[in-house]
Amino acid sequence: MMDEEREILLLKGNEAIAHAAIRYGCDGFFGYPITPQSEVLETLAALKPWETTGMVVLQSESEVASINMVYAGGATGKCVMTSSSSPGVALMQEGISYMAACEIPGLVVSVQRGGPGLGTIQPSQSDYWQAVYGGGNGDYRVIVLAPDSVQEMADCVGKAFDMMFKWRMPVMILSDGAIGQMMERVVLPSFRPRRTEEEIARQCPWAVNGLGLRGRRANFMSSLEMDALEMERRNRHMQEKYKRIEGQEVLFEEYFTEDADLLLVAYGIAARICKGAVGLLRGKGIKAGLLRPRTLWPFPERRLGQMSSSLGQMLVVEFSEGQMVRDVRCAVEGRCPVHFFGHSGGVMTSPEEVADEACRILGKSNEMVNIASW
Amino acid sequence: MRREEIIISGFGGQGVLSMGKILAYAGIMQGMEVSWMPAYGPEQRGGTANVTVIIGDEEIASPLVDRFDTAVVLNQPSLDKFEPLVKPGGCIIYDAYAIHTPPARDDVSVYKIDAMEEASRKGNGRLLNMFVLGGLIKARGVVSVDNVVRGLGKVLPQRYHSLIPDNEAAIRRGMEMLTLVER
Amino acid sequence: MHKECDGMKLAYAKPSLMNDVPMHYCPGCSHGLVHKLVAEIIGEMGVEERTVGICPVGCAVFAYRYIDIDWIEAAHGRAPACASAVKRMWPDRLVFTYQGDGDLACIGTGETIQALNRGENIAIIFINNAIYGMTGGQMAPTTLMGQKTSTCPYGRQADLHGFPLHITDIAATLEGTCYVTRQAVNNVPNINRAKRAIRRAFQNSIDGKGASMVEIVATCSAGWKMTPVQAGRWMQENMFPYYPLGDLKATDMEE
Repeated sequence: MMDEEREILLLKGNEAIAHAAIRYGCDGFFGYPITPQSEVLETLAALKPWETTGMVVLQSESEVASINMVYAGGATGKCVMTSSSSPGVALMQEGISYMAACEIPGLVVSVQRGGPGLGTIQPSQSDYWQAVYGGGNGDYRVIVLAPDSVQEMADCVGKAFDMMFKWRMPVMILSDGAIGQMMERVVLPSFRPRRTEEEIARQCPWAVNGLGLRGRRANFMSSLEMDALEMERRNRHMQEKYKRIEGQEVLFEEYFTEDADLLLVAYGIAARICKGAVGLLRGKGIKAGLLRPRTLWPFPERRLGQMSSSLGQMLVVEFSEGQMVRDVRCAVEGRCPVHFFGHSGGVMTSPEEVADEACRILGKSNEMVNIASW
Repeated sequence: MRREEIIISGFGGQGVLSMGKILAYAGIMQGMEVSWMPAYGPEQRGGTANVTVIIGDEEIASPLVDRFDTAVVLNQPSLDKFEPLVKPGGCIIYDAYAIHTPPARDDVSVYKIDAMEEASRKGNGRLLNMFVLGGLIKARGVVSVDNVVRGLGKVLPQRYHSLIPDNEAAIRRGMEMLTLVER
Repeated sequence: MHKECDGMKLAYAKPSLMNDVPMHYCPGCSHGLVHKLVAEIIGEMGVEERTVGICPVGCAVFAYRYIDIDWIEAAHGRAPACASAVKRMWPDRLVFTYQGDGDLACIGTGETIQALNRGENIAIIFINNAIYGMTGGQMAPTTLMGQKTSTCPYGRQADLHGFPLHITDIAATLEGTCYVTRQAVNNVPNINRAKRAIRRAFQNSIDGKGASMVEIVATCSAGWKMTPVQAGRWMQENMFPYYPLGDLKATDMEE
């Protein structure tokens, strides 16, 4: 394996997740097949990390079992993860809520497909609400990372592992079928060794694993609390943590924003398409830029708020019927018009179509855009 | 600045996706930026398959595009779908075997390659995409043959590396087979 | 703490791993006895620093309050999935679940059968009292034909409710299990037998012999609306014939 250190490979986003998990020292992956993310489990199975790093890979009986395996594995202080796609992530919501409630670290990779219901296996971004606002019960949040390239898929795994232990909570990588299935050049990280039992004992004194039990009080992980005041105290404690995260962990990318009149706002695959559109629009002399949230929660609302006072208009582009656009409007608080453009159900768009829509909003001719090249 | 946006389309099982992958790997070997974006469906065999490969000097913004510099089409539905989407001055490469109505555009270069026929003659259907790949390199010259062969070495698992010489030969044969359709 | 004094011999001591907190279990409930056995066995084996217990949703939801080891409280029915992950991450640990009939044989049937069938090196303690205790006496998958509960107030009948689920018999047919047994804690000999069974299941987990399941046929005097004495008698007369005690599978001793 040593000759694979920092090797440049052409990988699918899903494959990059698997390679990165092994290299970032993951202890366990628990997953269930579902299109379009099955390559994560398949790649892990093919790479056999249990023979090298000792990482456990288990195909579970359902997404419900997967998330509960992550819940329990994380509760013992291990670095664990699962991956799934939209209907599967729906089944995981209960477990994610339990993880948040017990402050258990764990990574969920969501490779979105079109919905609702069984929907389509084509790429989509209609699970923004599912990821950011959750379908589990209670006042909880999940840190949501939104990669827009295969390289970022790999990088986000390391970032998520760090964040989930730093904040003791579930972290989600919200990807989509396009990023999951597409191939790009990726530089994989060097191998980070899995933590030893001593390191786990030191870093996770809360963990449920028996280590050093005779010298400490027993640990337990439970979200059940019969005392209302105590339950509220637990909730308030989490809310304070969430405020600190909102202050410290917001990530976003600005692309040609310095002089922009029109700001596109998009994440994931939509942001890639918008980057193409920014090029087309700039070629036509329109000062367009892009703000790409790299964390969907915490959301870059402060930055969007600032920009809204100096900008002409915003155009939010999503592969949904309009989900993130609500958070953008909240951040902007009416200071500038916020338009929406999207497709759903697995229909994709192109830079040309986004540029056409931008021109329509700006009241300029669409004609030039189709033949503009850059 | 050079950038080539290529759509490769045909029946599932014709090796469309792996041909795109070899091409993309060749781009990496050549120090270029690449993206490979499949249209995926539930079928494992048959059905139609297509992949968009972009190879360029600079970072690729959108891996999805509306228009293509080159369309490689291996059946009639693919030609019908992608012929109108080739940019003026671009290029269409088709295998006549499964195409009854050839391309009609006169603002693009049209090439024909009898890859299916040649593969049948050689009694090895798996070489089909290698002939086509050779034709594509010949027509567009985005990547060198050497880098394609290096890409092949990356895509094929180690246990199939003995097949590389045959594939390389097929790529070179494909380059000879490509014919410009004069109109 | 428990000292011999004045030449008197100590005949009985609370297991050192039992916490000194009042239990919420009803008088006559079998849980208290089984908890004590679990605490006693882990103490005797000296493996408390290598043990992770998984509690269910149900009456035993607070097991983590009573037995002084590390515990994970699982979502309803998911304990076997949790145990699978813990054991795979920590292969030298004793990992066991403690579940009731609603948790194990109804909402968590899938997880139970799949974990057992994968041959996870875990022990499952299954308290079968033929009723949902914690939620107030509703019909369980193991409720007997004709047995009255709050959701089958006229008695369980096949056309409305289907049949009692023989989950332990199913477990015995699975290739992943090495030891499947049905026990009770209604008298001293049975308590001793149950203790030996649980200890054997725990040892199987540590030794990595495969999945073990120990069913304890138990009473729920509150749910059954009986006195503890009546409940004990009802269990013997009605449950034992339907859920007979004894080993269903014991391949763990084969070499």
